[in-house]
Amino acid sequence: MNFLPLWRYQNQLIDGAFVTLELTVVAALFGILIGIAGAVALKGRIAALRWLVRGYIELFRNTPSLIQIFIVFFVLPTFGLKLPAFEAACVALSLYFGAYSVEIIRSGLDSIPRSQVEAGQCLGLSGWQVFRHIVLPPALRNAYPAVTSQFVLLLLGTSLASQVAADELFHVAGFIESRTYRSFEVYAVICAVYFAMAMSFKALFALVGAAAFRWPRRR
Amino acid sequence: MRSFSVIDFVSLVAALRWTVLLVVLALAFGAPLALGLATGRVSCFAPLRWAMAAIIQVIQSVPLLGLLFFFYFGMPVFLGIQVPAIIAVTVAYTLYTAAFLGEIWRGGLEAVKLAQWEAGSCLGLSLWQQFRHIIAPQALRLSLPPTVGFLVQLIKGTSLASIVGFVELARAGQVVSAATFQPLLTYALVAAIYFALCLPLTLWSRSLEARLDGSR
Repeated sequence: MNFLPLWRYQNQLIDGAFVTLELTVVAALFGILIGIAGAVALKGRIAALRWLVRGYIELFRNTPSLIQIFIVFFVLPTFGLKLPAFEAACVALSLYFGAYSVEIIRSGLDSIPRSQVEAGQCLGLSGWQVFRHIVLPPALRNAYPAVTSQFVLLLLGTSLASQVAADELFHVAGFIESRTYRSFEVYAVICAVYFAMAMSFKALFALVGAAAFRWPRRR
Repeated sequence: MRSFSVIDFVSLVAALRWTVLLVVLALAFGAPLALGLATGRVSCFAPLRWAMAAIIQVIQSVPLLGLLFFFYFGMPVFLGIQVPAIIAVTVAYTLYTAAFLGEIWRGGLEAVKLAQWEAGSCLGLSLWQQFRHIIAPQALRLSLPPTVGFLVQLIKGTSLASIVGFVELARAGQVVSAATFQPLLTYALVAAIYFALCLPLTLWSRSLEARLDGSR
């Protein structure tokens, strides 16, 4: 075991970590947007749209993320849409994250009892006011833990983008390995970097959650 | 380059058994470990709780791909001997399964109220009897739906074994796609096979959740 040869690749590692973060944040943002749109569609009156969203959710939740990335990267070009690796991974991961977000956001909204909405209406609040003051705060609070843990899973899942040669952290690991031949050491370091990133996000989310929702402490 | 034929389809289906084997191995070794982690997490002995929590945190905060590579390249370093890929891969999936199932089962155990243990001890049952006859059946009921849900994650996760050179379904898809130059057909088929494996489990998990609703 010898970690010294890896020392000179620290800049690549830092760059890779930033690409990983970029990929995570972009996919999370688009995924949340898809999630909101999907949840609204599921709540809506158009049956065809509801079925479409259901189909999308089932399709993306029941197939491996890796295959989805392959399909976006290798199959779309046959339709004349050639995406670079990073963009392809963004698209695939956004859709994957979106499929989970729809259900999370929908269940967050569903967790508000109907009677509370009616109570708001009885007080003479408008539809928007009911949503803004009665439904949204507890819905956000209920959805928050699931969204954040899904976000951490997304962060770890971006490692799959290395398989289409997007230059994120895991791909950098392959590059360093090919230069140094220190396979084990490289992947041990990479695992540690992912671990540090995941733990930082978990701590950050816990702090934000505690501040924003005044979390009741467990036990 | 050749066109997509029945043989390619057969090779995909044949590769499926490796996917199934990986799932079975991960469950066979991971589930007992998960039970240990879960019971450790609810034990009265604080250092044991912390140790188990730390193990779970570490495994859950590292990508599955990272775990696979860590053990694939690490096993020879730890043990000083070359080990077959299947062993390294199995170790990685076992730990992955243990960490996630451990957390799920801990949730199930904790959801059963403390008073139930006390009621059992009032009836003169031993600690093991309380667990066996009062706590475990209720915890099982609560954690069955997410356990089935995790099974879907595990099946999808086995696709990563392709990256360390394991010819399971995803890898077979890559091979066929490269040979036939028909990525659309090949990957659609691969996705369809995974979908056919996972969807029944997802639906089952959902119906279990509706039927075994713990809040009632």
